[in-house]
Parts: sequence; C-alpha cells; structure tokens
Amino acid sequence: MSTATTHDEHHDHGAPSGLMRWVTTTNHKDIGTLYLWFAFTMLLIGGAMAMVIRAELFQPGMQVVDPNFFNTMTTMHGLIMVFGAIMPGMVGLANWQIPLMIGAPDMALPRMNNWSFWILPFAGTMLLSTLFMEGGGPAFGWTFYAPLSTTFAPASTDFFIFAIHMLGFSSIMGAINIIATVLNMRAPGMTLMKMPLFVWTWFITAFLLIAVMPVLAGAVTMMLTDRNFGTSFFDAAGGGDPVLFQHVFWFFGHPEVYIMILPAFGVISEIIPTFARKKLFGYSSMVYATASIAFLSFIVYAHHMFTTGMPVAGELYFMYATIMIAVPTAVKVFNWTATMWKGSMTFETPMLWAVAFVFLFTIGGFTGLMMGIAPADMQYHDTYFIVAHFHYVLVTGALFAIIAAFYYWAPKWTGHMVDERLGKIHFWWSVISVNVLFFPQHFIGLAGMPRRIPDYSLQFADWNMISSIGGFAFGLAQVFFIYVIIKTIRGGKAATDQVWEGAHGLEWTVPSPAPYHTFETAPEVR
Amino acid sequence: MFAKTLRRTLCGLWGFLVLLGAGAANAGFMDTLNLRPGVTEISNKVYDLHMIVFWICVVVCVAVFAVLIYSIMTHRKSKGAKPADFHESTTVEIIWTTIPFLVLVGMAIPATTTLLALEDTRDSDMSIQVTGYQWKWKYDYLDEDISFFSALTTPREQIYEAEEKGENYLVEVDNPIVVPINKKIRFLITSNDVIHSWWVPDLGWKQDAVPGFINDAWTELKEPGTYRGKCAELCGKDHGFMPIVLVAKTQEDYDAWVEEQKGAAAAAADAATQVLDMDELMAKGEAVYNTQCAACHQANGQGIPGVFPGIAGSAIATGDVAKHIDIGVNGVPGTAMQAFGEQLSAVDLAAVITYQRNAFGNDTGDLVQPADISAAK
Repeated sequence: MSTATTHDEHHDHGAPSGLMRWVTTTNHKDIGTLYLWFAFTMLLIGGAMAMVIRAELFQPGMQVVDPNFFNTMTTMHGLIMVFGAIMPGMVGLANWQIPLMIGAPDMALPRMNNWSFWILPFAGTMLLSTLFMEGGGPAFGWTFYAPLSTTFAPASTDFFIFAIHMLGFSSIMGAINIIATVLNMRAPGMTLMKMPLFVWTWFITAFLLIAVMPVLAGAVTMMLTDRNFGTSFFDAAGGGDPVLFQHVFWFFGHPEVYIMILPAFGVISEIIPTFARKKLFGYSSMVYATASIAFLSFIVYAHHMFTTGMPVAGELYFMYATIMIAVPTAVKVFNWTATMWKGSMTFETPMLWAVAFVFLFTIGGFTGLMMGIAPADMQYHDTYFIVAHFHYVLVTGALFAIIAAFYYWAPKWTGHMVDERLGKIHFWWSVISVNVLFFPQHFIGLAGMPRRIPDYSLQFADWNMISSIGGFAFGLAQVFFIYVIIKTIRGGKAATDQVWEGAHGLEWTVPSPAPYHTFETAPEVR
Repeated sequence: MFAKTLRRTLCGLWGFLVLLGAGAANAGFMDTLNLRPGVTEISNKVYDLHMIVFWICVVVCVAVFAVLIYSIMTHRKSKGAKPADFHESTTVEIIWTTIPFLVLVGMAIPATTTLLALEDTRDSDMSIQVTGYQWKWKYDYLDEDISFFSALTTPREQIYEAEEKGENYLVEVDNPIVVPINKKIRFLITSNDVIHSWWVPDLGWKQDAVPGFINDAWTELKEPGTYRGKCAELCGKDHGFMPIVLVAKTQEDYDAWVEEQKGAAAAAADAATQVLDMDELMAKGEAVYNTQCAACHQANGQGIPGVFPGIAGSAIATGDVAKHIDIGVNGVPGTAMQAFGEQLSAVDLAAVITYQRNAFGNDTGDLVQPADISAAK
C-alpha cells in the first residue's frame, strides 16, 4: 500500500540531505547516530585529558603541568567521560535500537528527541569553555565537594553549574522518551516479559534517570545560590553543612553509576546468546536482578562517605545494604556463564568484547564488594584502589559494552560487516593495555597512594610508570578505533539481514542497512 | 582460528609474567602490592579483614573464571558443539542467590566487630585536635599548652627536577606530630577551610576533616617510630603536597619533648619584643614567603590571575601598612587567604610583610617590626 501513486511524496522518502538534515531531524536513527558521534568525540577529548594525567604521573616530580591544571584535568576527565561519553553513548544505542527491537516506527516523542540531543553539544561546549576562562576550569574533582566547589572555586564554576543543568534536562527528556516509547510503542504481541533484555535494562535505567537527575540539579542549584546569593547550604559558618552536599550528591551519584552500567548489562545479555547460539539463561531472573539493583542503588549511597564521620549505626546499615548488591550482580554473572555453558560458541569481535566484559566487570565487582566492607574502606577510600575499581566497571564495563554494541550492531547501521581482522586487533590491543593501565593501580592504592595527586612519594614510581605505559597504549588503541569505524561506514562486505548466524529479534528482520523508516506497519510478535 | 587466539592469549600472558618477574627483581614493585598490616591492634584487624575478604573474592573469582574458561575452550562451534536448549531453572537460581548471600553474612560478622572497635573512642588518655588548612596541618595538644603547624619541607627544587629527590620526598614535614606510646590517643579532627582527610596508613584508618564539624578517631601505638601519611581528600591546588608525619616516642622521650616545646614557646614570646633592621627582615621574610605564601601568590609574586591575587604592585602591598598587617594577621574570610596571626610568630609575620612591601618591584621602604604585629593581634 506504500506504493499508492497519489501519495508518493509522503512515502518512501529517504533522509533529507545537507547539514539541516541533522539539525532538524526527528528520526531515531539519525539522532542515535548524532548521540554516538557526540559520545565518541567526547571520549577522545576526555581520553586526551587522561593522557595528560598519565604523562604527569609517569614519574615523580612535576614535569608536564602545574598542580592546579592537573586538578582541572582530573575533574574535566571525569565529567566529560561520565556526562559526555558514557551516558550519551548509551542513549545513542537506545535511540537506534529500542524502536528496532520492539517493532516501533520511531521513538514516541521525536521532536523532544531532537531537542534532548541538541542541548548536549551546547552543554558540552559550555563545560569545555571553562578551560579558557580566567582562573581556569573546575579543579575540584568530578564529585565537586563543597566548600572546595563553592567558596574556594574559580569564577568559571557558574558555567560548570549551568552546563550540568543543561545535561540534566537532556537526560531527563531522553528518559521520558524511552519510557513513553517502551510503554506505548511495542509491536502487538510483545508483552513486557517478551522484551529484549537491552530494552528492559534501558527501561529501568530511564526511571533511575528521572529520579536522580533532579537531585543533581538541586545540588548544583544550592551551590549556585551559596556562591552568588548569600545562602549557606554547605557553609557551617552560616548554619549549613558541607557533608549535606555529599549526601545530596551521592543520592544522585550512586544510582548514576547504575545508569551507566545497567544498559551495558543489557548489551551483553543480547550479544552472548547470539554467539552462544542459545537462549539467555534465566531471562526473568535477569529482569528481576536488574530491578533489584536499581532499587538497592537508592538505599546504599552513603558507602561513599564512610570517612565523613557518620554515626556507627549509619555505617553498619550502609555496609550491610551495600554488600547486598553483590547478590543480584552475582546472579547476572552466573546467568551469563550459564548461557555460554553448553552453547555452540563462536568468537567474532562483538563476542570477544562481551566475554572480556564478563571477566573484567567481575573483577571490578569484587573490588566494589571489598570497599563495601566499611572498616576496610577506611583504608581503601580515596586511594588508587578505588580509581582502579571504578575504571574496571566503567572502562572495561560500560565502555567495553558500548564498543561491543558497535561491533554487534554496526552491520545493521551501515550495511557493512566490520573487518574482523581490524576488530580483533583493536580488541587484543585494548584488552591487554587496559589491564596494564588499571591493574597496577590496585597495588599502589593498597600501598597507600591517594587519588587526585599530581605528584607522589618515591615508592609508587615503578607501578605508576607501568600504568602510564598501559595508558598511552590504550589511548592509541582508541585512535585506531576511529579508523575501524570510518572504514566500516565507507565499505566492507555487505551484511545480510540477520547479520549473525545466531541472532534473533526484530532488529534482524529489517534489511541491512536499516532503511530510514522501519516498522511503519507493526510486525506481529508471537 | 582457535589455536591462533590461544597462541595470542598465551603470548600476552607470558608478557605479563615477564613483567611480574622483572617486578620481583625490583623491590619497588614488590613492596607496593598490598595493604600494610600497620602498627596498631586496629590496623592489624583491618588488615586481617582485608585479607579474609580478598581471599574469599579470589576463590569465588577463580571458580567462576574456571567455569567460563572451560566453557570457552570446549563449547565451541568449531569443535562441533551443539547448543543445548535449557534456558531456565528456578532451583539453580535459588541456589546461586542463596550461596552469595550466606558468603556475605560470613563477611559481615568480622566486619561488624572490627568497625565497632575502630569507632570506639571512649576512655582515651589524651586528646589532640587536628585541623586541616590549605595546605598544612595544625596540631593542638588539648591537655598541654602546645600548638603548632606542620607543613611540607621538600624543597621546590626537588619537585621541579632541579635537584635529586630525597629519600622522604613529599612525605617530610617541619614539625611532626609527636605522641607517646601505650596511650589511647583521641584525635579530634576538623578543618579551617575545605574538607581534608587525615590519613596515616599504618594506623589503619583515615578520617575526614570537615570545616565547622569535629570528627573523632583514636589510636594506641605500641612501638616508637616514624609513620608517614598524606591528606586523602582533594583540597585544592596543593592537595598532593600536605603530608603527615607522626612520631611515636616512649613516655620519657615524649615528656622531654613536651618540656622542649614549652621552652620554645617562651623564647618566641621573648623574640616578639626585638627590633630588627631591614636586611634581617628581608632575609627572614624571603624564607617565610617561600614556605608560606609562594604556594598561592607564587615565587615571583605574580599570583595566578583569577585565582590568587599577585603581591607585585598590589594595592595592599604598596598601600596602607595597617591594612596590610590586618590582612596578614586576620586573613580574608571566605577566601583562601588564611589568618596567619595564629600560624606565624610575630617576628615571621613582621619579616614577611616587610619583604612583600620591598620585593617584586614594590619599594615602599616600610619596615614592619614584631611589636607592630603584636599590637594588631
């Protein structure tokens, strides 16, 4: 019926051309692409900052930057990676895949979708512009604890606050869109418990975003009024409390880490069954485990604050609640293992990244459990041990999942298979260097090196040098990734509709590359 | 294909082992692999707890990885594996939910007892107030009349590669905190500006120093010795440069130290009445400036635009002397400029203010004497 001649101009039109296509687009695939390119650009910028950090820490003494700029680099690296690379990367995947996976023609709110993307480049630019302002950019860590971020912060902090506000608007709108899409746009027959796990994890993540981004907005707004309008939320001299800031921040910040990792769980839960040629083990327990983790994330946040002088009863409660998270997380790892067990596995590039995710995320999970033990955390807290921990869960966890997702879905996006040889070079190069980079940080952290210091005493010199060498190698591997991406977009072996032999799901029923408009007629799901 | 992957993996693994071997040959690698047991009962308890939890994690991790690796090696299409079709089992799910839960309970029990001991600051023998400043520590002995600041002594030349680095690079201070052994010492920890964190790893804990609030912690040392630590909470530009050195002495040595400190306080009070000439003030002032002021206002007096104002040509350093003394003594509330009246002796303050008014191209010719400072305090 789409061939009706009188309505040609309304049917089968491809993408409009030129720059305005991207500015005015309401197409979920275009917006997904924009998000992914934005995230990748930010990954490279944030990565360049990490290179500055590792260069300065290559050996003891100050050689490359001054201490204030070093602090700016650690701060901006964290902010850019969390808000610029990982979160938009995951939203990009959601935009491309959720409509394709639930058989919807587009996101439920396409115009808002356009807006939620286009806020990002402006927020990112505003954040980066602080680097060039008098007094330098934010230098108080990505957790921006008051009063270092209020009374003692440079003038550019107000720009940082507005950038955070804008990033928050963007995230909340994106989350509303995902919830609306999942609840209203599923193909007939696709009940909630038939949804692909990637859709489930994003659906739950969206609720986390809506719950906590306003809390972050509250925290930065209180900072803004403390800085400019004479309030004293975080100033004890005016009756406030600096630790209040940490409570508000971590009420946002802890669910935030699950916002970054839950969609990664979803990606891995798609890839492993495909390449094991076996259904995901324990689908419903995976859904329940995701929901439990999301719930628990709200009631454990103060384990980031064991050294702030909390009453001992509070420490005990937050310790017990925190280590409980190990249960649903372990269930997930066991389910992935059981999915692989007695499968018929092949190891194309996406599977390699997914398997590396399972191994390395597990290591990050165990160090997380160790830090949940409050008395031991009195030693671990604010050392390189935690730096190693959260890079294992965020780099070899969330980032590896996004890269795995690229290798998995790129044939559907571009119509070209990724060159397996290049993909495998990228994988082995990354997975070896990332361990050389982060594993020694466990050692120096335990041995007593605090985080966020530009210079260190001599006993930490050896492992820091190893870590830096790994860092440069890992950074270079992601430059190589640019080449892989561009080569795949430009050409390569034509992908079939199903792409992977073991792939199941609606996204594999449409042609590769996916046409500009898909599922204009809803598919039937049995 | 599989053989190739395996070869690559083994190759990478070998590289890592070689690296570890090289590490073993070099003490620097091996000495910094793990937490130190520390020197107190609590620090040993924390270390034991750390090792228990660590080994539980290692065992579970190795078990899970062994299953994964076995599966990766055998359940391959290239080896003709056919996919099984099981994909759920409530029994299995219940088992692997229950087992981790029980393991966690096993960890929580020793963790609870250690935490309760760690937090029990009752019945202490003496109290020391620890106050964090950007970027030094102040120690007030509440039972004696002793109070002093403790700041980094590593010279800038070592940090900026002009000189060979010393053995205690970045972990050496002018006035270490001195405590007696076999006494339960309660630390009352707070801050004058931003949040710091007082951490000596050998004591087994760190405690945040929060402005406007007092946190407490305790220790009881058994052996005399020197124990080094660092500020553990990002506190601004020189966060990496505010170490802690704690010296534990026997009771007799400690008592002698207390007497010495009281004598030194009396001598400083005497010195505040002397009159110095320009050369003396300038020489002393330069030394004080470099240790106390240069971190912010910079060694050349130019400051950092937008963050820390310069001294060179500033309206304060070339204007009214009384205003300059007031800022030096009382600081500027709500900024990083501290009240140095409580940190420096009258002689040091007089010298540094004289220096600021006659260096960096400032040439007021003003002489500030210790008596001027005492009058302003």
